[in-house]
Amino acid sequence: MKELLQLFWAFFKIGSLTFGGGYAMLPMLERELADRYKWVTLEEIVDYFAIGQCTPGVIAVNTATFVGHKKRGVIGGIVATLGVIAPSLIIITAIASVLELVMGNAVVQHAFSGISVAVCALMVQSVIKMGKSGIKNIFGIVVALASFCASMFLKVSPIIIVLCAGVCGAVYKAVKGEK
Amino acid sequence: MIFLKLFFEFFKTGLFSIGGGLATLPFLFKMAEKYGWFTANELTAMIAVAESTPGPIGVNVATYAGFKTAGILGGITATLSLVLPSLIVILIIAGFLDKFRSNKIVDSVFFGLRPAVVGLISVSVMTLFETTFVNKLSTVWYQFIDVKKAVLFAIITFLVFRFKKHPILYIALGAVVGICLSL
Repeated sequence: MKELLQLFWAFFKIGSLTFGGGYAMLPMLERELADRYKWVTLEEIVDYFAIGQCTPGVIAVNTATFVGHKKRGVIGGIVATLGVIAPSLIIITAIASVLELVMGNAVVQHAFSGISVAVCALMVQSVIKMGKSGIKNIFGIVVALASFCASMFLKVSPIIIVLCAGVCGAVYKAVKGEK
Repeated sequence: MIFLKLFFEFFKTGLFSIGGGLATLPFLFKMAEKYGWFTANELTAMIAVAESTPGPIGVNVATYAGFKTAGILGGITATLSLVLPSLIVILIIAGFLDKFRSNKIVDSVFFGLRPAVVGLISVSVMTLFETTFVNKLSTVWYQFIDVKKAVLFAIITFLVFRFKKHPILYIALGAVVGICLSL
């Protein structure tokens, strides 16, 4: 029980102190999980991240599930996951309630107009970063463009696009491998 | 039943958004379009809030979207539904971790998946741009781009690429300029 509480607390802290998600969490995970509690090694964290990138869901959550599972099996995985999402639930619910009340205010609306411009700039950067790491050759460019067009102009569901792209990747590698 | 719908939609989002928080965006924009739970504009505000508060972005946006749709219980439902698929998948994979990592098929499937995710997120970015810069009152959108915002965008984009500081700084800058210029 003590260990479960410790798991919950460690991930609660990670969830409440890391901004930005994804790779921004790496230093924090390192410090808490590898240095402080010595639950996992640094290499394991990097492995979890790599798998987190290619499994469904939020990477931080995936990492929490892995570490929790390693320590205390299925229950540990669930407890660690709940720990990492609890701060978001609390903080976002509080902010959302306040925002609901002040959203009609002209100053707040001007602020959010400016903020949405900043979000656009940040998103451009994120997409370029993801593109650099995810698109390796002409095949990647074609798949990215095809997915973009299918979603943008033909309104194809993201689920279908994700599934088709997976199949294309498998076929491409299989064909290339035979040569 | 709104909670069942929330569960179903966010479970689907959790299951198919691969590669981290931003990958949930295409699904959320689809949700806005399909159910009208929140508007594309509100989604932009959610992203800003999610980027400037602690915690994984995908989880933050899900909590916010669920809260918008059905209050506190909605936020909890959306968040738990979003993480449930990954919880299940990871608990299964954790058993045979090394085999999964070195599996050729898994590797080649993701070779195709990653570019697709980039394409999908680009579509979300286009939607973001549209809600941010385009004057909705016009039908010929390209004639009504908000010039003040476009200039601010150019400046912030330059700063983002030049200095690589924490997102919250640029968001705060956007807020200040927005208030000063009455954007």
